[in-house]
Amino acid sequence: MIVLGPTDLAVAALLLVMDAGVSLVLRLGLHGRLIWSSLRMVGQLVAVGFILKFVFALKNPWATLLIVVVMGAIAAREIAARPARPLTGLRGLSVSLVAVVLATLVTVGLALTTAIRPHPWYDPRYAIALTGIILGSVLNAGSLTLDGITSGAAREKNAIEAQLALGATYRQATTPLLRETLRRALLPIVNQMSAAGVITLPGIMTGQIIAGMDPMEAVKYQILLMFLLSGASGLAALVVAALALRHLTDARSRLRLDRLR
Amino acid sequence: MAGVTSTDGLRVAGLRSALAGPFDLDLEGGAILAVSGPSGAGKTLFLRLLADLDPGEGMVVLNGENRQDMPAPLWRRRAPYVAAESGWWAPGVDDHFPLGDRESARAIAGRLGVAEALFGGPVARLSTGERQRLALTRALALNAPLLLLDEPTGPLDPDSTAKVEALLLERAAAGTIVVLVTHEEAQGTRLHARTLRIANRAPA
Repeated sequence: MIVLGPTDLAVAALLLVMDAGVSLVLRLGLHGRLIWSSLRMVGQLVAVGFILKFVFALKNPWATLLIVVVMGAIAAREIAARPARPLTGLRGLSVSLVAVVLATLVTVGLALTTAIRPHPWYDPRYAIALTGIILGSVLNAGSLTLDGITSGAAREKNAIEAQLALGATYRQATTPLLRETLRRALLPIVNQMSAAGVITLPGIMTGQIIAGMDPMEAVKYQILLMFLLSGASGLAALVVAALALRHLTDARSRLRLDRLR
Repeated sequence: MAGVTSTDGLRVAGLRSALAGPFDLDLEGGAILAVSGPSGAGKTLFLRLLADLDPGEGMVVLNGENRQDMPAPLWRRRAPYVAAESGWWAPGVDDHFPLGDRESARAIAGRLGVAEALFGGPVARLSTGERQRLALTRALALNAPLLLLDEPTGPLDPDSTAKVEALLLERAAAGTIVVLVTHEEAQGTRLHARTLRIANRAPA
């Protein structure tokens, strides 16, 4: 394996300086943010590297669990905060927490107990890495879904209430919105799968190949991962949509937009 | 005063929300009520409260049945509400009419002056007036005992307005109760309607 030294990274950082230069010359006003975000990226990743190194050495299930819980909580917070019209109070967070826990638990659990089966099963090298990748997909699908439902309900108020006003059930009245939202939330994973290997070389696979793994082995991992990611996206989208829709109605089948900020 | 055996009609008592009310109402079967008042006075809020589309409290009894004792969708099938701005949830006009209702819907729309050919086309090609009359048709096709109509003739020309009014009078003669918001005092007179004036979100 080729080990990277500080100079190697410094040379690559020249590309960032080039970006900043473009921003200065074309007056994009981006150079400040560019430098800041790159510094942030370096800081975050180095910190994570240290933490992972520490936790990997510990091989303690509780330490692994703590890391996983923190990652999940951050993802849930992000999902709840993203929509243009978030749910009021703790409704958004409760929706995203349930979705994150459910989608991650099911897919990571499935992978660790069937396909990957590390020893011990909580080996942080697998558990944390897998959770991280899956949370990325959950975050994507979850926030697309939550925004789709809340913004969509506000936008389609007349259409939904016109149905309710004629005696439709809340479920009937919101089915078009549910379908549309789930479709949009699952498109990224569909695109990701169709592009994999042809248009893009997925990051995990590339990483493993560079790290010296046999390409066929890396491909198998990537295939497993894609299935896990699509499962996690689907679960997260479904749970977020169902719970968010439930928060927007009441016992009398009304559309309660007053529960949106 | 009606005897205890008479449960016919609409009784409303203490109907209110955080925003509007309280409203009390007593309408016999076949009555038409014209609700008027300045813009923003709460006419729409009143109709939405009756339709149970906004949370509120109070009693609403129709033909002896309290709406609290039935699921909300059942209540709204008996008291359909037509908003001033019509809502559409599918691309095609026909998609908005249940299969079993399409025959009667075409007949009703025909009486309101809407060409039958429009049913096969997209909603996007309808004019405002056509949308309004077709939204009204959706509610009329339910043959409900109570109709809640928010400015049903607002965007219509006098000719179409007369057609709508004729149909409403016919329904009322058959026992349907009609509560409609109007900006035109003469409309109430033409419909032999009782009137309710609303100001500052309560009866004036």
